Amino acid sequence: MKQLTLICGAVLTLVFFAVAGMSFLWTPEPVDIVNIPARLQTPNLTNWLGTDHFGRDILSMLMVGARTSLAVAIVAVVIGMGLGVPLGLIAAANSGSWLDEVISRTNDLIFAFPSLVIAILITAISGPGAINAIIAIGIFNIPVFARLSRAAALPLWKREFIMAARVAGKSKARISGEHILPNIANLLIVQGTIQFSLGILAEAGLSYVGLGAQPPIPSWGRMLAESQTMITLAPHVAIIPGCAIVLTVLGLNLLGDGLRDRLDPKLRSTRT
Amino acid sequence: MITYVSKRLLSLFVSLAVASLIIFAVVEIAPGDPASFMLGVNARPDTVAALKSELGLDVPAFQRYLAWVAGMVQGDFGTSYTYRSPVQQMVLDRLWISLPLALYALALSCLIAFPAGVLAAARRGQLRDTIVTGATQIGVAIPNFWFAMLLVFVFAIKLAWFPAGGFPGWENPVAAMKALTLPAIALALPQAAILTRVMRSALIDILGEDFIRTARAKGLTAGQALWRHGLRNALIPVLTIIGLQFSFLIAGGIIIEQVFYLPGLGRLIFQAITQRDLIVVESVVMLLVFAVIIINFLVDLAYAWVDPRLRRRT
Amino acid sequence: MTLLRAENLSLSINGTPILHDVDFSLDRGEILALTGESGSGKSMTAFATMGLTPKGTQIDGKLLFDGLNLPDLTEDAYCKLRGRRIGMVFQEPMTALNPVQSIGQQVMETILIHGDMSRQAAETRAKEILTRVNLPPERYPMSRFPHEMSGGQRQRVVIAMAMALRPALLIADEPTTALDVTTQAQILDLLKSLVKEEDMALLMITHDLAVVSGMADKLAVMNKGVIVETGPVQDVLSQQKHPYTRELFKASKHAADLPAQDCGAPILSVKDAIRDYPLPKPYPFAPAKAFRAVKGISFDIARGERVGLVGESGCGKSTLTRAILGLEPLQGGSVLFDGIDITQKRQNPQVFRKMQVVFQDPYGSFNPRHKVSRLITEPFHLWQDAPTGKAREDAIADVLEAVGLKPEDQHKHVHAFSGGQRQRIAIARALITQPDLVLFDEAVSALDVRVRAQILDLMADISRQRNLAWLFISHDLHVVRSITDRVLVMNGGQIVEDGPTEQIYSNPQNAYTRNLLDATPVLPDFTPA
Repeated sequence: MKQLTLICGAVLTLVFFAVAGMSFLWTPEPVDIVNIPARLQTPNLTNWLGTDHFGRDILSMLMVGARTSLAVAIVAVVIGMGLGVPLGLIAAANSGSWLDEVISRTNDLIFAFPSLVIAILITAISGPGAINAIIAIGIFNIPVFARLSRAAALPLWKREFIMAARVAGKSKARISGEHILPNIANLLIVQGTIQFSLGILAEAGLSYVGLGAQPPIPSWGRMLAESQTMITLAPHVAIIPGCAIVLTVLGLNLLGDGLRDRLDPKLRSTRT
Repeated sequence: MITYVSKRLLSLFVSLAVASLIIFAVVEIAPGDPASFMLGVNARPDTVAALKSELGLDVPAFQRYLAWVAGMVQGDFGTSYTYRSPVQQMVLDRLWISLPLALYALALSCLIAFPAGVLAAARRGQLRDTIVTGATQIGVAIPNFWFAMLLVFVFAIKLAWFPAGGFPGWENPVAAMKALTLPAIALALPQAAILTRVMRSALIDILGEDFIRTARAKGLTAGQALWRHGLRNALIPVLTIIGLQFSFLIAGGIIIEQVFYLPGLGRLIFQAITQRDLIVVESVVMLLVFAVIIINFLVDLAYAWVDPRLRRRT
Repeated sequence: MTLLRAENLSLSINGTPILHDVDFSLDRGEILALTGESGSGKSMTAFATMGLTPKGTQIDGKLLFDGLNLPDLTEDAYCKLRGRRIGMVFQEPMTALNPVQSIGQQVMETILIHGDMSRQAAETRAKEILTRVNLPPERYPMSRFPHEMSGGQRQRVVIAMAMALRPALLIADEPTTALDVTTQAQILDLLKSLVKEEDMALLMITHDLAVVSGMADKLAVMNKGVIVETGPVQDVLSQQKHPYTRELFKASKHAADLPAQDCGAPILSVKDAIRDYPLPKPYPFAPAKAFRAVKGISFDIARGERVGLVGESGCGKSTLTRAILGLEPLQGGSVLFDGIDITQKRQNPQVFRKMQVVFQDPYGSFNPRHKVSRLITEPFHLWQDAPTGKAREDAIADVLEAVGLKPEDQHKHVHAFSGGQRQRIAIARALITQPDLVLFDEAVSALDVRVRAQILDLMADISRQRNLAWLFISHDLHVVRSITDRVLVMNGGQIVEDGPTEQIYSNPQNAYTRNLLDATPVLPDFTPA
């Protein structure tokens, strides 16, 4: 059962990455060619997933859209991890100091903001676009990773093997890198997959309201927004991109769950 | 208890102060000057200057910040650049849609999540647990706005049980609730999936605690131990998530309002953005942040009610 | 009539055998102690009696309680029995109570759940039993929550919960292991008197033979799921028919043969050390208050001197240890090592190279990801001209041999080793920089008696080979006695007595020291026949 979760998650995620990667080399049809006569076709042999209201091939749009989702979500996770984890480790290493206080309070504050509202504010002020979507989503990944790594590192600092390292004269920074980070890496990987999936959802939401990647770059959220008025005429135009989002997010979540069971023996073992 | 509340209160005010500063600063550095925007590119410089002074834009930023905050404290959110009408009235009208929507969704989410989470935890590893857990996996993966579109397609267009969009006003409460039902379901379901997962794992953690074994040794059945000792302890992490969810529901509501053409804060903010009516943007964002911070404060108070360790006697 | 009898009781969990053919019997008014080392199956016997075994448990044989065969009972029938006819007290009082319910509620629940009494009667009975366990509601209101009570008080609440309906059988699983000696003595007295008053049977699980000898009527010695010997306590302990009983007894009484050692000039001087912890402020911007954990302590340790530091939990001994190691700052006073002030910053690694530490938990004191060679050479970080290459290999091999391990062991991960072996690795890590002083922080407290005896012997061995000074921190007075030349007794952040070990044990001057010694259970000398 547990194994199944991991395999399903890994397969779905791999498909997502493969599709996004392949779109650089090949798509069934170019995504920027309008072909009005062939609009709103249901899935058939030439257009496996049908065409949209401009007659563009939906499969090709999905493939290129996967690229956009992937890029936005990954960079946002990298921003969150890159800044959040060091902040969390610093806070934990100096727990109780003013530095810890400042980092933790700032985290709480950013957490208290409704993230999407601020994302809307940022994109609204500095203009819509993929870069601003990345920044908006990335900023909210920072406190997630900072909090997680602080919370995971704090009990480690009380463990005797860390005390032994301190007695051996190692600096806090070195202990953080050598002992703490490897011991919380599993948690970070799992959280990374979760934030990755949340990033895909957030990107879709921002694109849906027109604040994400701008035309002509295809994105899953905008495909949904454009299909909304056509839902009675051609439901598949709305259903297919939605399913792509669900499957991708589902795959990443299953992968995260599977990894958690795999990597964290504490959670895997049942109580005896 | 007083200690705890005073600490939370202090943190509430600090959060509000910092949040207002950030929002003001973000809007301040935004390119584009509202006065020139309103008058168009060909406006004469002295007309622009006159409008600026009329809008109070010609004084230093810090003074404007103080005036803005002082105004908000008295319930005066300023005057819309575009409509030349008081912002608070515009916001209040819209708030009566957005806030009920968020609360409706929160209630639905709790109503689904609590029984489902308890069921899954109590039947851990059994078929019912597997079904609930599987359903939550799909639930968290569904984008709420897409789910909303599907709901409209099925229940409004095909079955015609609910209106597809728009809002009839609160004069007719039944119709109003009916108009909010699909949006609330769309908002609530993905959140319910998250809450169910949290409820389940919190309960499972608690059921492994020593005091559950103590309760069993007293003669409580497994079910009694879960209800009497597990649930209240599991509420502590669940409350945290409910607090966070409210902020998601408020934000998610903005998008859902787009799907259902609801004249809530979401539509107001998007209009204001396209019209560069920055004072409205500023005020709506501040109001949303204020709501979230207040909710988190209430969650903190609820903690103290649930967990006696926080209301230490002093 | 026998109240509880096990006949050929065997138990396995998911196919792994835990108990084999266990036989014992227990009457009303009697105390049966089940003793053995960790993993002997003694706790599982208790949980089998309570019907609280984990999933996948298979029980064979008979376990008769008042004529009922317990393994045959349905879950419903068991629930009626638990709490009413059989009560249980657990090892860890800090986590055994529900943190969000008042103690009164929790005691009353036992009574109400069985529906024997009205709410009012239940409250009266709860007050009565709380008074009986020395928590009279006038002084300890029933509205108190567990976090407002000490460990000993919480254990009394757990006992009150178990005793509320006057069960015929009480099971106590290591009820005092987590408590200080003075508290332990009170809880043991309470349990003993309750057995006599209520004419109930007590099944007591304990690893401590000294506790058994002062408390139980009958004794069953368990090893690897088998009862190797059982009978009246006096008989079992004086005859010691089974070799395992003999070993256990010998290890419990074990005194290391510590060689005499010449003491030199002071190597460590602690002068007026003060350590404050900031307390949470009652309201924002309140003046900062602090809890003084160490209240101006001064003492010296001479080169080659072996000193013990004893005290109960919360007396400040751990804080003092961390302060000496430079892991925590001092708010006043100083620590001199070899004449060099090391109070301020750990700026002088060469000094700290000469002072090493061995911690309590053999499982928590190593990074599970590293191999033994990397683990034990971690202190080389302090040593500018630490050996490299061949010399480093030799140093690792030497120190592993010195602690009774093989040089090849350096290539393994720690999870390949038992608790006792891990503690040897910890000692190897402390010795590898050739220190002058080693701090043993509860270094044998987590070990079973036989392993503990081996580690104490190892320390005596090391003392024969090197002129090593140590500070042996422990809550266990018995252990400290054989392994030190001098003892410091700590209470409330102060050293209340300081003197040669034998003198303190035979003629304590301080009232607190006397209390501590009186409360410590002693295993009397039995000469095996």
